Amino acid sequence: MAETTSISAKSYARRTTWRDIMRAQEFGVFLILLAMVVSLSLGTSTFMTSTNIFNILRAFSWIAISAFGQCMVIITCGIDLSVGSVMAFSGLITALLLTRQPSVPVPLAVLGGLAAGSFVGLLNGLMITKGRLPPFIATLGTLLMARGTVQGITGGWPVRDLPESFRNLGQYDIPVAGVGVPLPLIFMLICAVLVSIFLTRTVWGYRIYALGGNETAAGLSGINTAHTKIMVYTLCSFLTSVGGILMTARLGVAAPTAAQGYELDVIAAAVVGGTSLSGGEGSILGVLIGAAIMQVLRNGLVLIGVEAYWLQAVQGLIIVLAIMFDQWRKSRR
Amino acid sequence: MTETNNYVLRMERISKAFPSVQALDNVDFEVAAGEVVALVGENGAGKSTLMKILAGAYKKDAGRIFLEGKEVEIESPLHAQQLGIATIYQEFNLTRNQTAAANIFMTREPRQKGLLGKLGLVDRRRMEAEAQQILDRIGARISAAARVRDLSVAQQQQVEIAKALAVEARIIIMDEPTAALGESEVENLFRTVLGLKEQGISVIFITHRLEELFRVADRVVVLRDGRRVGEISLKTETAGGTQSASDTQALTDRIISMMVGRTLDDMFHKEAAAIGEPILEVRNLSRKGVVEGVSFTLRRGEILGFAGLVGAGRTETVRLLFGADPRDSGEILLEGKPVDLRSPHDAAQIGLGLVPEDRANQGLVLKLPVQENIVLATLDRHSRARFVDRRATERTASDYVNRLTIRTPHLRQKAMFLSGGNQQKIVLAKWLAAQPKVLILDEPTRGIDVGAKAEVHALMSQLAQSGMGIIMISSDLPEVLGMSDRILVMHEGRVAGILDRAEATQEKVMALASGAQV
Repeated sequence: MAETTSISAKSYARRTTWRDIMRAQEFGVFLILLAMVVSLSLGTSTFMTSTNIFNILRAFSWIAISAFGQCMVIITCGIDLSVGSVMAFSGLITALLLTRQPSVPVPLAVLGGLAAGSFVGLLNGLMITKGRLPPFIATLGTLLMARGTVQGITGGWPVRDLPESFRNLGQYDIPVAGVGVPLPLIFMLICAVLVSIFLTRTVWGYRIYALGGNETAAGLSGINTAHTKIMVYTLCSFLTSVGGILMTARLGVAAPTAAQGYELDVIAAAVVGGTSLSGGEGSILGVLIGAAIMQVLRNGLVLIGVEAYWLQAVQGLIIVLAIMFDQWRKSRR
Repeated sequence: MTETNNYVLRMERISKAFPSVQALDNVDFEVAAGEVVALVGENGAGKSTLMKILAGAYKKDAGRIFLEGKEVEIESPLHAQQLGIATIYQEFNLTRNQTAAANIFMTREPRQKGLLGKLGLVDRRRMEAEAQQILDRIGARISAAARVRDLSVAQQQQVEIAKALAVEARIIIMDEPTAALGESEVENLFRTVLGLKEQGISVIFITHRLEELFRVADRVVVLRDGRRVGEISLKTETAGGTQSASDTQALTDRIISMMVGRTLDDMFHKEAAAIGEPILEVRNLSRKGVVEGVSFTLRRGEILGFAGLVGAGRTETVRLLFGADPRDSGEILLEGKPVDLRSPHDAAQIGLGLVPEDRANQGLVLKLPVQENIVLATLDRHSRARFVDRRATERTASDYVNRLTIRTPHLRQKAMFLSGGNQQKIVLAKWLAAQPKVLILDEPTRGIDVGAKAEVHALMSQLAQSGMGIIMISSDLPEVLGMSDRILVMHEGRVAGILDRAEATQEKVMALASGAQV
């Protein structure tokens, strides 16, 4: 049928142009990051040193990795408050496996930590889909449950004396062209590429955007929305566990209070990076830039001599301003 | 009309256009004090639009409105209320967790005396006492202190009426007030309406149930395609209120013929398709309170039209069929074999497709580009090892954009920037790409322009010729008659009758849809 038109069929495919990049969601936040970096390099002598830069990069690696997962969750119109607790939980399970007698080899211990952390995400997904809980409530529950479990297991004491082969995951710097590139940064970049491909190139990624853009239409198009959500929450916890284990390796100790309150940094990184809380929009590149903004901000404020007690207030103000700028830029097109 | 001056409300030559349709075209409408006027017409005749203009929800394009002889410009729903026009929509505007009294006096709560009142403290006792008075006045057996969520639908409606009286409304508009009520509740409502009438309050009600008109209305005004086509004064025609069954029947027939009195134009090019063996059999499909015992058979190459009034259960039926809502009972057979169908996912897997009535909310992901919307139901076929094959996606999307002449600058355009007709074609393309055995179309041409409409109709014919079975819900009677091989008419959740193309007429369909005996 309708073969007549195919003769003159015109391709409507379109390649990315320079203009698309300028208008892209990420461009606005990138401008903000650029402005911050430039003003800090000009305003301080300490910012643009390789030690400081790598410190920033190392410290924001685990926040960024978790924020990639958070980004997926927010794209589906959800929220995951449990990420801070999951970081601590996965780190603790890994540490416990490493320090028990006889001890478990590092790769297995890491797998154990990843599995434990991902389980929390599976629980989140099941409670949200099968239990019909709002994501805010379900993940608030697991925030407390995971944190409580960590405290219960440890009795409040940190787990120390982790083997060096494990600590290296977080502390080792790979020499590249004379400078040491922190290993967590490498892991973070790998995660960024993989998650980005997952979101933009795979069938699952398409479903995630469709679900977040319009859950009803996605469901009526035959997409299994419950399965998709369970997958997204499990993946978020999995990525968060990767971050949590790297953090534990870097600190060399699994403290029961580790990563407390990190959920807000993670959510802020995703949102500053342009992930829309109303769902359906967001990209890993944006989140990466968002996480960088958060860390440069923290670092920069210290360098320009903002008193430590005032840090949070200034941070909050700048987050709000950054998002207002982005909204204003979007409303102009 | 000589008694123009007695009219409490006069609307003169009201016009209103929406992007794709002239909803009202020079409509006159008037109500006398203490008069009960029924406004009837097919779906889309313009009843709701006219009432929304009166209620301040829409702005008229042209025309004048007079209240007690004075010209007014109704600015907003709040302004309408201040002018003494209250509207009771089918979806009540009540806050469920507050009491009936709080709802009745919403934003106008009586305050405490003195300083406390100035500080904003509500005098709850006085409020409940006054609310109770109003409720008693309309014969509602409700405590003013009861929470709305604990009240039945009929009682909530009484709270709405009380709310209208609390703002001293002189005109009360009721949009299908009986649609959700049982027989005895309808009786009650009519008693209340007659009570309002005695107090000199005018009532305008929109209804689809013609048999009710005679029990309460003084006058019936009929709209069709945005024009006023006639009125019947029931007071004079049935003098003394004694109506014989044959009078009623004759009047119903007159009203129906006014409602449909449109000739079929040649817009519908249905091409004959070979009708084959049954492809879909539905037996006794039910969902409590919505759909009851719907059974039908669809054959290959057949277009089965679903006619009926809004709320008759047509959309609900196809949602059950598609697994979008859980069914209480019912068997579905595809190509003779029973299928276990519990979700839209299952339905899509076995070869059903659904183009829903609400494009923007159910059919499309507006934030996503055209091409991704087109492959949404067929991602598996447009991927290799779970990676989306972008080239295949673009090929499919380009193909459908060409075939259905979807007007878009390029495939990456977000669906939200396209016109209604083009959006509808994207939803169609999505399901055509899935090559379903049965395609369900819910109001496939609503709100799209004439050209796009004809294109959709031609496409339906082609699909039927290729052996697909098609179910088409439409509230546009000529469309149903023009495109369908058979027409299934629903009334209040049941199948009122199935008509063959040859025997179907607008009058027969309308009569079945209104619950009248044929």
